[in-house]
Order: sequence, then structure tokens, then C-alpha cells
Amino acid sequence: MSKTLFDKVWDSHVVRKIKDGPDVFFIDRHFIHEVTSPVAFVGLKQRGIGVMYPERTFATADHNTPTWNQHLPVADPLSANQLEALANNAAEYGISHWGLGHRNNGIVHIVGPENGITLPGSTIVCGDSHTSTHGAFGAIAFGIGTSEVEMVLSTQCIMQPKPKKMRINVNGELGFGVTPKDVALYIISQQTTSGATGYFVEYAGDVFENMSMEGRMTVCNLSIEMGARGGMIAPDEKTFEYIKGRKHTPKGADWDKAMVYWQTLKTDDDAEFDVEFNYNAADIEPMITYGTNPGMGMGVTKSIPLAEDVQGGVATYKKSLGYMKFNEGDNMIGKQVDYVFLGSCTNGRIEDFRAFCSIVEGRKKADNITAWLVPGSHKVVDQIKEEGLDKILEAAGFVLREPGCSACLAMNDDKVPAGKLAVSTSNRNFEGRQGPGSRTLLASPLVAAATAVTGVVTDPRTIMEVTV
Amino acid sequence: MAYDKFEVLTSTAYPLPIENVDTDQIIPARFLKATKREGFGDNFFRDWRYDSEGNPIADFPLNDSKYEGSKILVGGKNFGSGSSREHAAWAVYDFGLRCVISSFFADIFRNNCLNIGVLPVQVSAEFAQKLFDAIEADPKTEIKVDLPNQTVTLMATGESETFDINDYKKGNMLNGFDDIDYLQNMKEEVRAFAETRPF
Repeated sequence: MSKTLFDKVWDSHVVRKIKDGPDVFFIDRHFIHEVTSPVAFVGLKQRGIGVMYPERTFATADHNTPTWNQHLPVADPLSANQLEALANNAAEYGISHWGLGHRNNGIVHIVGPENGITLPGSTIVCGDSHTSTHGAFGAIAFGIGTSEVEMVLSTQCIMQPKPKKMRINVNGELGFGVTPKDVALYIISQQTTSGATGYFVEYAGDVFENMSMEGRMTVCNLSIEMGARGGMIAPDEKTFEYIKGRKHTPKGADWDKAMVYWQTLKTDDDAEFDVEFNYNAADIEPMITYGTNPGMGMGVTKSIPLAEDVQGGVATYKKSLGYMKFNEGDNMIGKQVDYVFLGSCTNGRIEDFRAFCSIVEGRKKADNITAWLVPGSHKVVDQIKEEGLDKILEAAGFVLREPGCSACLAMNDDKVPAGKLAVSTSNRNFEGRQGPGSRTLLASPLVAAATAVTGVVTDPRTIMEVTV
Repeated sequence: MAYDKFEVLTSTAYPLPIENVDTDQIIPARFLKATKREGFGDNFFRDWRYDSEGNPIADFPLNDSKYEGSKILVGGKNFGSGSSREHAAWAVYDFGLRCVISSFFADIFRNNCLNIGVLPVQVSAEFAQKLFDAIEADPKTEIKVDLPNQTVTLMATGESETFDINDYKKGNMLNGFDDIDYLQNMKEEVRAFAETRPF
């Protein structure tokens, strides 16, 4: 029977099918971090059970870590306590641990691929909804709750009903200044914040085929923002090129054997999806959000829709705009901004820093902007320095911080103050997400950079040099 | 490890007729720093329940004394979207709730609830509206959630609707069983399967 990419990977990981119940689903690789894992270890201890395959779990500290002076003790006692719990649990159960200051430390969804832990055809989970990032490699990857973290630790399995299948095709050529982030925000704006709930998405079409691995990670990362459990892209030469030779990637004969399997990881021509959507690349412009969920996005040159023109409840829509202190019909271009955040598992990779630098080079940070530039990992920091991007940033008045999740969810000190407006390359614009009372506009690194140098929401195309 | 058994629950309900309630509202990230699962109820909907000075916002339903003691929350469409934090489900439980009713749930939140013994009940948009209307008309109106029969009933009028739950999860909820106990008993099968994995 014809199968989709998703079917092939899912079906090969089902240990047992429960009648009128979930599948017992095997997990190849499991990431844990300091916030959603401690209670799972408490559970193991209470039950008196151990970790079945410690070598399949990888711990990294990222969610509540400071992005400044990481060599000093963590000042917040609660954060320090969680970091200590992660370190102790990893040591006790023999799990690899990349704590604060470790060479391989960084945001879990950035260090996984960097170290070759993320492989095509594998299943990957983490107590973090942006685990969908790893789908860029043709893996089934999704976020889980802490009870499920405990399941994976104790038996390497979770119990999941198989999601329905959606394919999203985007074909054509992306316009000038349009990035993978814009493609994702466009799709989410079309789907709404819940349009893909219950589905696992495959992204297909020449836009994704032509996209870099980092761009694919950005797109898959944001799958959860339209409700999808995850999103994936069929592996190709770019995928294999990216993973080859990395720390945990198979080597020698194992690599050759894996390649034979990986070549089969594509949707069969006549395989069926439960639902399919087609979008045109030409319809996508640099995007920005104006509301309090990622589905409330539009082209940066557009004006905020009128309540009567939107789907869903009017009261909810008005509450959202009220929180943002915006009015229906407002233009976004020209709105004064207070903070710019470049970073997160969505846009904290080297290509994002290159894009940001392409605009700020030779310009100066606007005086009204506080900018937080947070690389996703130490490897990203190294590459920034290797390419001299740090010098460009410094000359433009920007300071590079140390790796972590930072202002994406503001568990550490990187909190946008109440009422302040931030243009952020992260993934969520929920009320208070970046700090109590903070207001967030999600956008690409290019929009963030253009805003950082002008001080107001700016269409990057108006200040970018056309290079053909 | 057992959790509360769920059979039939009859209770008044807190109404929260707002769509797309995300887990950052249910439990803001800055309160996720505990290393145990108790105590999250205090910060359940923290930024909607309290102003920036920490004073309770009196007319927010969860602070409104006329709903106090309810074990059910009726939420708007797409309840629990966003983060995978199970802390959101723990906060629901710790606040004293045992059931959330909505016309649509986000996947991970629904799973997390089921895994800790909070019953997510999905009803039609029409029935959800009936519940909101009934609660508005009479805050003491009672809703009966009957898991064995998979029905939810507005006691005042007798109007009722069925809801879906798979047999496996239903059995778990009725008995207070959890998935980890199940998985513990099939470790040999898992071990044999793991042997076949290439990486």
C-alpha cells in the first residue's frame, strides 16, 4: 500500500497497537532540559524504576539560563535549583549532559541537529512543543508533557494515537526579502492558530526543496503554532550533506546502511493525505504579527484587519487588539518599537545572524531600541566570530549575548517590560510571553534588523540592497 | 502510579468564553521553576486573575465567588494551545478542577490532562454555547459529566450530548491507571523492538 513519508516513519516505530487506543510508540532520541524533566525523575524515584536506555536521552540546559555572565553562579535560586536537578539526574542515571558553560550547550533544538543527534527516519521527543524543529530532517519529532518524559525515560516509549495527515505545498519563487520565517508565518496566518490541530504536516514543493536546512528547521519549528503536532520535510542531498560527519551521525558502514534506508524516505506518488493545501510563493511578503497568537499575522505592508472580516469570535479578537493597544485598520509600518530580540530555536542559527548583519552592517542601532541578540548555541557563537559578524554587530552598536532560550519565553532575566513593544524572531506572541504585560510582534531576522536600525516597524525591502 | 478515579462528576462550572486560551495564560513561564508538581494552582491564570500589583481582579470568573468550588471549567474554542508544559494541566488540577469542557482542545494539553486524571470533554460549539448561556443565567447551574456513558448533561434542562474518548484512556480514567504502569509491563517487548532499530 502506498505510504506517505509520515506513515513510513510512524509505522516503523509502532511496538504495539492497542485496540481502540493509542499506539505504543518507540522513541529513538529523547532530549530533556531543566524545566520539564525534574518532575519526571521524581516520578521514577517514587515508582522505584530506572532509565531503560540512558544513551538515547540527551540533556541540555537552556530554558531558564542567564544569557550574560554564564561563568558566574546562577543568581536566581529557583533556576539554579532546576539546573542542579538536571545535572544531578543526568549524572545519577548516566545521561549525557551539556550544562551551562559546556562547549556543546545551547538551545535543545539547535544543539540536537548540530551534533548529529537528529537523524532522518528517527523519532524524537522532548518536553518542549518546538521539538517539531527536527522534522526538517525527515524525522517525526514532537513535544510531549512531563508524564510522557517519564514514560520515555522508563521504557523509551510513549502512547500516542496516530495523528491525521496534512500536506502543505508551496511552489514558486520567494520574493526579495522573503525568508523561511515569512513562509511559516504566512502558512500559519492562513491556517489560523488551530487549523492543523490533530494533524502531522508534510511540507512539500519547490520552496522547501530549495530551502536550506536551517530554513527548513525554522518552518518545521513553527508547525505547532497552527496546532499541528509536528511537521516534516523529506530528506534529500542537502539533509545528508548537513548531517554527515557530525558527532552522533552513523559512520562508515553504518552510514552506508543508513543511506539506503534514508533514500526511501519520501511520500509515494499515489499516497493519500487527509487534507492538502497549496500556496503560491509569490503571495508571500515579509510578515509581521499584530495580535496575541501566531495566526494573527499579515504582510508587513498591510493594515490590521477589521473585526468583521476575521474568522472566530469578535470579543476574543477585540480583547487581543486591546492587549496590543492597536486599532483595527492600523498600519504596522512606522509603529515605534522598544525592543528587538534576535534568537530562539526558531531563528537563533548562523543564517539568522547573517541575515540580521546584512542589514545592520554600516548602519547604527536606533537609540530607542534595546536589542537582545542571543545565539542559539556556542557553536553559533563560534561561527559568528569566525565570520567576523561580531565586528559588524559591534560597529553597529549591538552586543552579542550568551546562548539560551532567553526572551522567547522570558524565564530568565531577559524580560520585556510591561507595555513595551518588541519585534521578536521567536515563535509566540501570546500575552505576557516575553514578560508580564509585554507586547510582541513576531517577524523574520530581516524585519527585526530593519526595525532595530530605524526604531520603527520597517519593511526590510525598503532599505535592503538588491543583489541578484 | 494511580491518580484520582473519574466516574461521574456533577458540579457548577467556571465559564471562560475566550478562544485560543494558551498555556502561557494558564500558567505563565516564570512560574515553571518548581521541581515538584504541587502548588501550581496559586498561579493558575495568574496574569488574568491578578493585576500588576498582585490584587485580585474581582470580575475575572476564577476569582468570582459565585462560581467558587466548581470542579469544571468551560473554556472557549482551542483551549490549551501553545507550549507542551504539563504544568498547565497540573495547575488545572491543583486549582481544584477535575474536568475541562471546550468545543476544541489543543492536542498536547488534552494529552497532558488525560495523563494526570483531568478529563477533557469536547462538545459541539452549539452545546458549549448552551453551557455558557446557562451559567450566565444561573451561576449555580450544575453540569453532569458521566464518563461511563460518555455524556455531558445540563442538569437544569436535561439537555445532553455525548463525547468521545478511546476505550483505553476511558479505562485508565475510570480506574485511575496511568500509561507508565502499562508500559512497565511490556518492557520485554520493547527491548526486543529496540534491538531492531538501526539507531
